[in-house]
Amino acid sequence: MSTAVATAPESIHRRRHYLNADYGIRSWLFTTDHKRIALLYLFSITFFFALGGLFAVLIRLELLTPAGDLMTSDTYNKVFTMHGIMMVFFFLIPSVPATLGNFLIPMMIGARDLAFPKLNLASWYLFMAGGVFALYSVVTGGIDTGWTFYTPFSTTYSNTKVIPAALGILIAGFSSIFTGLNFIVTVHRMRAPGLTWFRLPLFVWANYAASLIMVLGTPVLAITIILVFLERAFHIGIFDPRLGGDPILFQHLFWFYSHPAVYIMILPSMGVMSELISAFSRKRVFGYSFVAFSSVAIAVFGFLVWGHHMFVSGQSVYAAMVFSILSYLVAIPSAVKVFNWTATLYKGSVSYQTPMLYAFGFLGLFTIGGLTGLFLAALGVDVHVTDTYFVVAHFHYIMVGGVIMGYLGGLHFWWPKITGRLYPEGWAKLSALVVFLGFNLTFFPQFVLGYLGMPRRYHAYPEEFQVLNVMSSAGASILGVGYLLPLFYLLWSMRYGPEAGPNPFDARGLEWQTASPPPTHNFEQVPIVQEEAYAYHAAQEVPVAG
Amino acid sequence: MGFDLPLFPDQASTMATRVDHLYFYLLAVSAFFTILITAMLIFFAIRYRRARHPNAVPIEGSTKLELAWTGIPLIIAMSMFVWAANIFFAMNRPPRGALEIYAVGKQWMWKFEHVGGQREINQLHVPVGRDVKLTMISQDVIHSMFFPAFRVKQDVLPNRYTTVWFHPTKIGTYHLFCAEYCGTKHSGMIGQVVVMEPAQYQAWLAGGAQGGSLVASGERLFRDLACDTCHRPDTGARGPDLAGLFGKPVRFAGGGSAVADETYIRESITNPAAKVVEGFQPIMPTFQGQVSEEGLLQLVAYIKSLQTQTPAAAPGAPPAAAAPPRGNP
Repeated sequence: MSTAVATAPESIHRRRHYLNADYGIRSWLFTTDHKRIALLYLFSITFFFALGGLFAVLIRLELLTPAGDLMTSDTYNKVFTMHGIMMVFFFLIPSVPATLGNFLIPMMIGARDLAFPKLNLASWYLFMAGGVFALYSVVTGGIDTGWTFYTPFSTTYSNTKVIPAALGILIAGFSSIFTGLNFIVTVHRMRAPGLTWFRLPLFVWANYAASLIMVLGTPVLAITIILVFLERAFHIGIFDPRLGGDPILFQHLFWFYSHPAVYIMILPSMGVMSELISAFSRKRVFGYSFVAFSSVAIAVFGFLVWGHHMFVSGQSVYAAMVFSILSYLVAIPSAVKVFNWTATLYKGSVSYQTPMLYAFGFLGLFTIGGLTGLFLAALGVDVHVTDTYFVVAHFHYIMVGGVIMGYLGGLHFWWPKITGRLYPEGWAKLSALVVFLGFNLTFFPQFVLGYLGMPRRYHAYPEEFQVLNVMSSAGASILGVGYLLPLFYLLWSMRYGPEAGPNPFDARGLEWQTASPPPTHNFEQVPIVQEEAYAYHAAQEVPVAG
Repeated sequence: MGFDLPLFPDQASTMATRVDHLYFYLLAVSAFFTILITAMLIFFAIRYRRARHPNAVPIEGSTKLELAWTGIPLIIAMSMFVWAANIFFAMNRPPRGALEIYAVGKQWMWKFEHVGGQREINQLHVPVGRDVKLTMISQDVIHSMFFPAFRVKQDVLPNRYTTVWFHPTKIGTYHLFCAEYCGTKHSGMIGQVVVMEPAQYQAWLAGGAQGGSLVASGERLFRDLACDTCHRPDTGARGPDLAGLFGKPVRFAGGGSAVADETYIRESITNPAAKVVEGFQPIMPTFQGQVSEEGLLQLVAYIKSLQTQTPAAAPGAPPAAAAPPRGNP
């Protein structure tokens, strides 16, 4: 990373900024600069994403044929488990907040750094330590419980490396808690003069809401994992009925964290969307305060719907009814956001640069993912489609489609800020198109497969499901190309990209008011905010209508 | 491989029709909103592209619009909720008089036991046009009984009976899957449900019985385990009399009560100290590990049968007197 900067041409090189302020590996490993830590995260989550992607390739190759012929069923079970663990805990959850959030939140609020810079660095080390434990469980034999660790399979029956993998997730969870804590304190205490709560960029609102979930929800995951560990290591009867425990208790605890975790993933991406759509329509987001509050509403309601993962688990029908109705309620603020983003385009000045293409892609995938969520919230239909590929398709549309589009769109948008250089527009537009098409070809057939009844986590399957599986695998290879393209041209642009200047997209927001790449302390002097967010028409400021 | 590309599953139960109707409603609503949003996006993106519309018009928002697109989706969502909850309640309320079959899931097979004593593995024969109710339990981890053609699914838990019911409407052979990931051969834990004409089904039943009915096996086991030395109708016995027990509320020593269902009876055998009946001492030994899940099902079936015999045997008499003493005290 630092070599690319060292060989960079003169003009960026001459000016001192966060990338060339200090050289050598130590200056990176001991940095407390939020921007450098964001880059540490960027490189590490790219690694975990590639690893998770590799497991996905193996899964899709195996499912090309109905017979489980590429690998043994034990291997297959380990592969999909590691795909889930890597992607959920080491990519989707940290992706946008730990990279873009880390880089941008202090800059967007006019601060020099996060409130606790050393804690921020410690978060990265915890994240890496968690990753090391998870990798240790892979290389010493793997784990076959699925990323959901359902008991009593995980505590009593699995003969694989459950404890190191669970420990890895536990440690990475603390990284998440610390990051959330850091963001919350930073947003409360370190806003620039004049930057009131309702002048905050919506990206900050979204990350703030996600941080609330990280701080309140992740400890429950930690407790759950410790209980799994205690039962597995010391046979204390918590979840296994043979030891006197209750297997359903685990599911309540697990989903109490893991459902809100979906919003940890998607809320920051929604924040990115608000920034992108506003910047590339040259308009303030339609209904700013509705969008801001809908983030908080999603975070709060998100804690009340965990039971919708358990409609066929044997919980009472009345509990299921309550969880179903709450699930419909949490869908509403998400729908509101989609309508608001769409309305933002109305009478805007829309340009089709790469980040905007990713934003369009996000709206497409998120709409399909959100609407299919209505099928799963519908009790009578959920019974049929739960634990089938319908669920697999749905959560990939929401979690992966939503997050990837937000993450890649945001990465392109702020790439000139991060590196000081522009990415190649043509290649980047192609990547957005390929990712969108590949994604739909991969996951849309899975909705059909699911309604036909193909259960998830199947190593071999009845023959009539083959055509749809082949379509899905073909889509996955296109999607893979779509992911590799940005990897290559973004690395290329770090060295050869034209210089960007401070504000290549002519966007609003404090982060665009400083140099690219920014100086170590972000701003030469503390900015004073006198405008609303997204003041594209500051001169003809109009009051909020309606 | 051939290119058969099924897009819709077999529809072979009354529930399948009900679920599919709601599914089509959900599909229609989803298609409408997907097309609406996509059309608006494309229209705005083209109509207001920068080349044609270089200066954006500032619009802050509109409370009326916000209320509309909060309220309308909410109403539509509630219609989905009510419809779906209705179906769900029907799924969870097995009709009276259903044909009862028992199922045990284990890594990695399904075992079925018919009331007449017929047993089968990974195959389930049922008559068409009749309500069928499965009472299920797992011997190890959580499994899930899934009949795609019937649109029903229910997790199968260790230590607790769950039920699923369906009313087959079409003769044929359909998939039976384990839908909850359960370890190495999860994807091999599949089978078939064979829906037959009632006459054929009767013929099949007649050909398959070995070792007597479930109730008879349960009664034999009850005696072999010497349960009858304590569970006797005469007053002063060490254990409560079991005749007429099933489905009735039971009061516990130290407070609390529960309805005596399958799970309660099973727990009283495997962990008798957990819920001691009021007026009795906790002296019963545990039978955990001594009786297989199939054996427990037979015992439960036997204890259930004691109830149905009661009114026929001695109308008007208190239930305790109905069951004749068995074995030697």
